[in-house]
Formats: sequence, structure tokens, C-alpha cells
Amino acid sequence: MPLVKQGRITTDLFVHVADGAELPGDGAVLVTAERFLADPEALLRRPGKVGVVWPNNRNLDDLVPHLDRLASVALVFPTFRDGRAYSQARLLRERYGYDGELRATGQVLRDQFVFMTRAGFDAFEVKKDADADAFAETMKRYSVFYQPTGDGRVTALNRRMQQRHSESAGQ
Amino acid sequence: MYAYDELDRTLINERVSEFRDQVKRRLSGELTEDEFKILRLQNGVYLQLHAYMFRVAIPYGTLSTKQLRRLAHVARRYDRGYGHFTTRQNIQFNWIKLAELPDALADLAEVGIHAMQTSGNNMRNVTSDQWAGVAPGEIEDPRIWSELIRQHTTLHPEFSFLPRKFKIAITASEHDRAAIKIHDIGLRLHKNADGETGFEVLVGGGLGRTPFIAKTIKPFVHGRDVLSYIEAILRVYNQYGRRDNIYKARIKILVHELGIEKFAKEVEEEWKQMGDSELRLDHAAIEEVRSRFSYPAYEKLPHMPDELKQAAHDPLFERWRKNSVSPHKVQGYSIVTLSLKPVGGPPGDATAEQMDALADLADKYSFGEVRVGHEQNLALPHVAKRDLPALFKALDRLGLATPNVNLVTDIIACPGLDYCSLANARSIPIAQELTRRFANHDTAGLIGRLHINISGCINACGHHHVGHIGILGVEKNGEEFYQITIGGRADENAQMGTLIGPAVPYAEVADVIEDIVEAYLALRDRPEELFVDTVKRLGVEPFRERVYATR
Repeated sequence: MPLVKQGRITTDLFVHVADGAELPGDGAVLVTAERFLADPEALLRRPGKVGVVWPNNRNLDDLVPHLDRLASVALVFPTFRDGRAYSQARLLRERYGYDGELRATGQVLRDQFVFMTRAGFDAFEVKKDADADAFAETMKRYSVFYQPTGDGRVTALNRRMQQRHSESAGQ
Repeated sequence: MYAYDELDRTLINERVSEFRDQVKRRLSGELTEDEFKILRLQNGVYLQLHAYMFRVAIPYGTLSTKQLRRLAHVARRYDRGYGHFTTRQNIQFNWIKLAELPDALADLAEVGIHAMQTSGNNMRNVTSDQWAGVAPGEIEDPRIWSELIRQHTTLHPEFSFLPRKFKIAITASEHDRAAIKIHDIGLRLHKNADGETGFEVLVGGGLGRTPFIAKTIKPFVHGRDVLSYIEAILRVYNQYGRRDNIYKARIKILVHELGIEKFAKEVEEEWKQMGDSELRLDHAAIEEVRSRFSYPAYEKLPHMPDELKQAAHDPLFERWRKNSVSPHKVQGYSIVTLSLKPVGGPPGDATAEQMDALADLADKYSFGEVRVGHEQNLALPHVAKRDLPALFKALDRLGLATPNVNLVTDIIACPGLDYCSLANARSIPIAQELTRRFANHDTAGLIGRLHINISGCINACGHHHVGHIGILGVEKNGEEFYQITIGGRADENAQMGTLIGPAVPYAEVADVIEDIVEAYLALRDRPEELFVDTVKRLGVEPFRERVYATR
């Protein structure tokens, strides 16, 4: 499954480690929330970055205290019709100020790229190769946005106000 | 009318091109039907019994004549020459071909209409009072707020994959014509003691298999905070709404399971944490949207022009005027409701010819503006009273002057088993038969205001729970049966109807309804007492006795 980061397909430096499976000696790992919370200190002490896969039905409160030491938070889309992780993503970025990698996992299709980016995701485990290839193209699809989110894109309303302002200033 | 600017038009065109790509990927097999289903639903495309059905949004029920002509064009070019107006200010086309859908959307986009979020588990078309901006006594035009909310909810990056569909309706009049109490969020515009505009926010209304009347979650949310407050409700719902069972996924179930107090507390906490976000609407932002609504340049006209005095001698005109013409906030003007419920016709249908001809009449008599109401009728919102006689003649020729607005034959009905793959029973033929039974307009006038609502299944698209008489199609051993309720209403005093007795077979429905109406005529204490008030005063029992005594 291709990983898209910074707008292009890249090598995934993280290894998903299943519960019960042995941790590699070093290197970046993604572990489940249970495994992480069972002994966060031990995991964070080992050489190599640590990321956590956070389920979409679990409150973020237990994750928040650890955010500044995590290299990745992976949120889950069990199916693409299940949109809970969009709220988690915005909360992590906009309320808790998380600025590490925010990864979308599960059923990730090109039709969600714009929504996901606007919600704060910057890494995508894309289900289909063709969708991963089309990432940059897909991100150009929209140029107008009605809602303010943490991604900083200027909303239509703000653009109109700016326009109005510059028009009246020019008179 | 709201005028789309370059940004609105760009966004619609970008959405059309995205959908075109999605259709292409489906046709090439790159998308599975399962994947495509979610995507097409985001854009108003259902797969029905015979074909794809295509639902187009008419935000807050306002249409320009240019837009109406384009809907006629879509009906003619891509469908079978007609469209069906729904209970949520949408129009549906029933025979559309998938491969042609992107072209139909592109044609609509040219006049600023679209199908975004007219189905699927997202925020649906924002609806409002079809008399917005012209109703006497209205506090202010709710369409300014409707448009702000329409923009905010369109392609929302956080809330496009909710547990279930989500509907918002707004009213700014004392009499609620937008049925806000049966919406996921209902907004009642009012002013606080300081004269500032805000909203009573109601939440958790809805029909379907578990009907609820919406409850007040906050008596006053300041206008500047309305987007952030809605966002707080949606964030709580998105995270905690049930996703394990489609029938328990609407926000009404979450509100019911938590209780309104607990739900309100969750929303309040979320809202407080959002703080002074960018969602706060300052005065300039509101005025920016307000400035793009244009209003007619009304003339100073007499209250009672000569044309109207002369036409009063024509009994057909008078009957129509008394039934279909309503007071306007500007002297000398009227609001004219156009019944889409002709005797023997399917409720809410209009042909391409009717739409085109109506667009001409609206240009001539209503400043180029047409409205769509949740009762599946249309309206011309700014008709000079002196023009009423000429308009009546023209509408009558088009079959759009049936004088039955709000009467027993002004029936709301879903498409039912004739079109819909979810339906258990037919709706349209029941409605057609009832319009024949009560075809005598004088009798209907004698009966007075009476809303019959028909749904072909428990999903309640025909709003049967809130009909004064509600008819629900069910299936019993492979046969169509109908449960009948009385006493429901969808206005500011909204409530669910009560079952009157055992379900009856298809062939008996019209007889039973006639018996109910006869019982009412015998039981009402004076001619002015409406059906629904008689039911309220006496309860269901006397009706049950009379209707079921001989069955």
C-alpha cells in the first residue's frame, strides 16, 4: 500500500507492529493505542521513532499528554463512510496543537484527499495505487473553500471581504 | 434572490468535474459499485426500481426563472419531460442515465444550481419558509442565514461522512411553514431583549421509523455564533452518533439516548472549547451575504385595484383567489401559491412545458422569482394585485390554478412503490384516488384545512406522521396495507398523529378516509373548527368508533 507524504509517494519509514509481535531493535514503529498506553515510557526510550494508531471510537484524552513525544499519529477509516477520524484530526491539529505526522489509514481513496488535508492529515496510506498516483492532481481539484479549518486556506467569505476592502481602498 | 459570484460558480464547476471523474471511474470499473454508491449519493444520485433518480437542490426554495427554465431543459433533454418537487425543496428526475448525469449537472451549474449533498450521510439542502422575505410579520429574511449555512455546510471537510443524513431548516415567522420541528436542527429566528438577531435552536426532530419532535437545546444563540454552535452540535454527533445500526444513526436517537440535558451539556462544552473561532460572523460578513440578495423594486400600488373589484364577479376567480392568494408584506402585492395537486395527478409533479410557461409568467408578474414549498407546491412571491385576474387565466390554462391549497386534495406523497426501491406500497395512486373522491372543490372548501400525507414505507418521505391524516403503506403477506393516523401536524405546534385502528387493504383506503372526513363533519362543533382541532378536542376514539363500527 503506497504512502503519500508531502504530495508524493514515498517510502514508509514506519513499520506497523501488531499487538504481541516483537518490536524491531530500532527504526520507526507504529503501535496500537493499547500497546502504547500499557507502557509508553518503555516504548519512547527505545531507539527509533514511535507512532500510535488511534482508534476512531476512542476519546483523545489519553493520547493528548503524549503528543509532543510522538512522531506519528495514525487515525483510522474502517470504511470511507465512517468519518469520525476527521473530527479527531481537527481536534489534534487545531485544539491540541499537534504538529507531527498525522496519518490517514484504512479505506483511503482519492475522493477523500481534499477533505483529509483540510482536516489536518499530511500522510496517507492509500488503498489503490492509481489513487496514490493521482494525489497531486486531485489536490488541485478545488480552489474555493467555504469553511475555515486549521489548514489555513482562505475561505470564500474572507476572499470576498478582502476584495471588497481593496475595492473600497482603491476608490 | 441570491446572486452567485465567481467563487460560488467556480466551486460548483469544480464539483461537477470531480463527479464527472467519479462517473468515469465507475464506468471503467476502477470504482466498485460499493465505493461509487457513497460518492453518487453525495451528489444526489439514487438507484431506484427502474433507473437512476437524480435530486437537485433548490436551496431555501428560491428559484430564478432562468433556473426554472434550466430545470425544464433537464427534464426534457435527460429525462421524460417532467420533474417531481419534494418535501425538502428539491426536484427529482426519475429516469436519468448515469453516463449523461455529468452533462446534466454541467447544464445546471451554468445557472448556479447543483445536486451537492441532496442525499447521502451529510448535511442536506438547507430549507426555509417558501414565503421568506415576503410574509407579513416576518422578523427578518431567513434566507440570509440559510445562505450562510448553505455555504458553511457545502463540502464540509469534517462532516461529509456523518453517521446519517442531517437536515437543517430555518423559519423567521411566527407560523412555521418550514416544519423545523421535524428536522435534525431547527432554527427559529427571533430577537433578544437588546434587539439582536439570534436563533432558538432545536435538535433531534425527525420522522422515519422512530419519529421525534425536535427539542430546544438553546433558547437563544446569537446570530454571530450560529455557525460555531451548529459545528459544535455536529462534532458531538459525528463522534458519538451510532454507526452500528442505520436505523439508530440519526441525531434524534443520540439526543433521545443521552437525554436533551446531557446532550446539551456535551454541545455546550464543545462549543466553549471552540472559543472565539474563525466561525464567528462579524457584522461585515453577514452584510456581505445580505448584499448579494436582491429585492424587487415594488411600486406604490392600491390595496384594492379596479381589476380586482371587477374580477370579483367571476366565481371561479374568487374561489381561486380566496384559496391560493395570500397577503404580502407590501401593500398592493400578493403571494400566489400554485397547486401541483391537480385532480387525478401525482402530487408535486410538473412538466417541462409547465415549468417553461410558469417561468414566463414569473417574469411577467413576479419579478422573475419562483418559490418551492415543502408541501410540494410552488409560489409566485411578488404578484401585483391588479395582475391577479390575468395571472389566474394564464395559470388555469396551464393546469396550475387548482383551488385546493391546504385542502383535503393538497396531498403530500412520496414516490412510493411506483418508483422507489425502499417502498412497501404505492403512494401516488392512493393520492390520485383521493383527489378524485374529493374532486368537488366546494365540498373540499366546506371541509376546510386538512392535510393528508402519504408515505409508501416507514422511512416517511411523505411525512405521514405529521399529516392531519397520515397514511403509511406497509406490506402484509405480500399485499399492500395502510396504517392510518389522525391529529398530526408539522407547524409550530408539531406533533405526531395517533393510529386510528387496524391497517386496511389498498382498495379500502379511500373509503376509510371518506369516513374519517364524514365523522369530522359530524363531530366538529362549528364550521371554523379545523379537522386537526376537532381531533385534539375529542381524541381519536369518536373517530375510531364511527370509522370502524361497520368494518
